[in-house]
Amino acid sequence: MKPLISCREAVRRLWRFLDEELVAAEHHDVEEHLEYCVLCCGELEFVRELRGLLGSQHAVEVPGDVRVRLEHFVDDLVGGDRADI
Amino acid sequence: MGAMVDAPGTPAAFQRLARDQLPALYALARSLDRQGAEDLVQECLLRAFRAFDSLRDPDAGGGWMRMILTNVWRDRVRKEARAPREVPVENVDEFSLYRKLIDEDPFPYSDSLHLDFLGAFDRDDVHAVLRRLPVLYRTPLVLRYVEGMPTKQIARILELPLGTVLSQLHRGRKLFECEMWCYAEEAGLITRPPATSFDRGRDPRTESA
Repeated sequence: MKPLISCREAVRRLWRFLDEELVAAEHHDVEEHLEYCVLCCGELEFVRELRGLLGSQHAVEVPGDVRVRLEHFVDDLVGGDRADI
Repeated sequence: MGAMVDAPGTPAAFQRLARDQLPALYALARSLDRQGAEDLVQECLLRAFRAFDSLRDPDAGGGWMRMILTNVWRDRVRKEARAPREVPVENVDEFSLYRKLIDEDPFPYSDSLHLDFLGAFDRDDVHAVLRRLPVLYRTPLVLRYVEGMPTKQIARILELPLGTVLSQLHRGRKLFECEMWCYAEEAGLITRPPATSFDRGRDPRTESA
């Protein structure tokens, strides 16, 4: 029977495990390790939260003055503004 | 009455698309380069306008513009010859923020140490942590986890071999974890255990400003 991968190796792969970017054998190794290791399961959940924190950066509001300047820039590009937008 | 639809490829269609995409473009630009975000978006808009004829599928306009912005950023980094700073990884490669928190126990009375730690970060804090990363690692990290771009696409846009992007992502993730800890300490997001809390009451954010 193949031995479990070490915690060190499992932790190295956790982000890519969640990204579903590991090849099948590597993914399976991590899954198998997680079945036996509570500490690494905790770390998996933590990494999941950490990824979520990064993803939350996506929703950033454009400051009002910046938005106005950029909209003017677009209007200038197309050669005039349109009242219907 | 249905929504107004501009004829594809016309200036009016570009104007509508560009205005719709401003929040997404600005968010991406800000994650890559806070100081120059507005400038980055402008250059992206300019390039997109010039190439608007080449956009075949109007529904793909958002992704198309974000790709242009990423290209602008890539070119700018190259042009400024900010020789991307590689970071020695010996100390970073094996870093685990999860385990660091267990070892340091910054919230001794917490039942949910790790969630409390992450909860101390607001959006600006996370952004500040991202800015601390060298551009070499920040760029793929932002594209992968903020933009949700597949790794292969990142490699294509940055014109790098897939293995290089995977390596940069690995280091970027580890550096991000490291910098989360460093930032939390420096910005006073975590409390020290009582034995070392002589500084309690001082606000490190104010002091470092």
